Amino acid sequence: MQKNNFYSKINDKSSLKEVSTLFLSGDEALGRGAYESGLRVACAYPGTPSTEIVQHLSGYDEIDAQWSVNEKVAFEVALGAAVGGARSLYACKHVGLNVAMDPLMTSAYTGINAGFIIVVCDDPGLHSSQNEQDTRWVSIYAKLPLIEPSSPSEAYECVKEAFLISEKFDTPVIIRLTTRVAHSKENVNCGIRTEIPVKNLPLDISKYVMVPGNAYKRHIQVEKRIEDLSKYSEKTILNTVEKLDSGLGFITSGVSYLYVKENYPDASVLKLSLTYPFCDKKIIDFAKSVKKVVVIEELDPFLENHVRELGIDFICKDSSFKTGELKPEYIPLIVEGQKKVEKPSGARKPVLCQGCPHRFVFTALRKLKTYVSGDIGCYTLGATPPLSSLHTCVCMGAGVTIHEGLRRAHPDNKKIVGVIGDSTFIHSGITGLINAVYNDAKGVIIILDNSTTAMTGGQDHPATGRNITGKQAHKLVLENLVSSCGVNNVDVLSPYNYKEFENLIKQRLSEDSLSVIIAREPCRLVNRDRKPAPQYDQSKCKKCGICLSIDCPGISKTENGFIQVNTELCTGCNLCVHVCSPKALRIHE
Amino acid sequence: MNNNKTVNILFCGTGGQGVLKASEICGIAAMKAGYNVKKSEIHGMAQRGGSVESHLRFGKKVLSPLIKPNDADFLVSFDTGEALRMKAFLKSTGLDFSQFLGEVKNLKHPIYINTYFLGILASQLQIDQNLWIEALLSVLTRDQDGNRKVFEEGFIFGKSITSK
Repeated sequence: MQKNNFYSKINDKSSLKEVSTLFLSGDEALGRGAYESGLRVACAYPGTPSTEIVQHLSGYDEIDAQWSVNEKVAFEVALGAAVGGARSLYACKHVGLNVAMDPLMTSAYTGINAGFIIVVCDDPGLHSSQNEQDTRWVSIYAKLPLIEPSSPSEAYECVKEAFLISEKFDTPVIIRLTTRVAHSKENVNCGIRTEIPVKNLPLDISKYVMVPGNAYKRHIQVEKRIEDLSKYSEKTILNTVEKLDSGLGFITSGVSYLYVKENYPDASVLKLSLTYPFCDKKIIDFAKSVKKVVVIEELDPFLENHVRELGIDFICKDSSFKTGELKPEYIPLIVEGQKKVEKPSGARKPVLCQGCPHRFVFTALRKLKTYVSGDIGCYTLGATPPLSSLHTCVCMGAGVTIHEGLRRAHPDNKKIVGVIGDSTFIHSGITGLINAVYNDAKGVIIILDNSTTAMTGGQDHPATGRNITGKQAHKLVLENLVSSCGVNNVDVLSPYNYKEFENLIKQRLSEDSLSVIIAREPCRLVNRDRKPAPQYDQSKCKKCGICLSIDCPGISKTENGFIQVNTELCTGCNLCVHVCSPKALRIHE
Repeated sequence: MNNNKTVNILFCGTGGQGVLKASEICGIAAMKAGYNVKKSEIHGMAQRGGSVESHLRFGKKVLSPLIKPNDADFLVSFDTGEALRMKAFLKSTGLDFSQFLGEVKNLKHPIYINTYFLGILASQLQIDQNLWIEALLSVLTRDQDGNRKVFEEGFIFGKSITSK
């Protein structure tokens, strides 16, 4: 069966069945623990650093796993399975949870029938995200229990405990990982699966039909449940006291716990894994047992605020540590009350891959001096200099809707373009497009169709015609869908036909209508076919630098101001040939 | 290398050089040798030319998945610029692999750099060579004979530098 992912995770399925020690990431370990807990249904939309959870689960025959169209859909399908009586799991990244907040808030009221786990992976340090939100607040807002494992092994153990809590207290349970848990690997001792039978469909309209009268009664139950969970939080083994030194005592959770132990192996620690609801008595008793209390946590003052409410005197991080990732070397600085001193990382910035079809689109858009509303995907890199031809990026789907808003602010400016990826368009661009048609918006939307979910590692989606296991699925035809939304001008063209593509955009920009151009060319990580590198005639080179301005990793400047093409990297896409007006670069003969 | 001490290895380079694969192989070999292993890295940018780093730690019991500055025993760098950037992580007594980048020019293809460097690394660590080969072949499924040969070349070179 063909798997389209760039990173092939499971080579040998037989190894998944045995009791053995596996080298697993936090994502994989969590998936494994869920599998052993009798999980039946798992849903997600890919999102770094959460992608590998459901990707891993798709390797087990007993589990019905899916890439859903978006996070709201994924959440609802998984919730439906839990209400239907099958243990289920939903996984997302932090911003993905925002998309699913509507069902999440009310699922807290309905409760579950079989165990239901919400896994959310936060990304402190924004390694691959548009913001740095701290999901722990959602547990207070939605009144749901929150579990924070500090390592892959703990993720494996915690998910088993989470299913028990979910069923004991009739509640969805949030498990929050951060990048350093999700994408760390370690030895994990794995066991075997326990089959949990599917329960009957629940016949309880007052519990599952959330109309005002019923929902009010459920709200009373929710408040009682969080009180019961508070009592449970005091006695669970998830919240442990490591009593060593009576001088210094740390209150911490998640990966921060490991950083504390690394720096202060002899200090006492109150390690919170069932972070919310808080175990107030345990926290107060622990604080009394040590001379100096230090609260260590990444991002927001979630623990700090509560410990302060309890009237405890403690040391916490300077506000300079509220942004970015916590690092092990920061812990002594926090204890000593110092500020964070950040040095520029000097990290090489990512660029669009050599041969990437998006580079053709952004080169054309830059030449046409357009203002571009962007979206979430590899193509957001179109904003980085020297391309600098993408001007907004907010969230999934906004490439279409921000475009409409920009045109409403500037009705006569025809140089405004919206771009959105294929997977992103299906995720949440469709509604925006229908809105644009319905409200008679004008402008040009380009769907950057590279036929995969590239940024997260090449997952399939409805328009690739394959599902998560690589099996054939109904193939969504984007041009038909766009036409059905009511768009009259729909063009499909490979941006590799550079001149034609540029002319097409120019023509559509000149018109007073709404157009969609589907720029269809597979991602270079999917189609790795290569053509010979272009030939370079230095005698014709005017050193104008236009070929360097397309930001191709395969072209570099030499010491004497000429250029060289790296034939190892070059895929032979010939965009540099198209832009080279002195014709120093030409197609390989 | 003292068996009771945690070994810290920082792999770094740029997207496409096989940084993550190299640390994966080393991690599996260390696990097979009975160590507690922790590895931490960032995905996503790895194939897009950006800086890539992977922290690998193993020993009897390892806590933090991240190496602290001045704490790496080895800086397995596939790129001079990246080595310079990550230099602060290396112990004063640590080994910087960027000095061996010249050797890589003798390889038949630059794609083997990670395998060659793993060979050098293996020569510096107390992990049975058979476990290295098992780990190598479990991750690198293409051109296994070629990779094995390059690994052994790296190992021999590595031994020669320590005996000097």
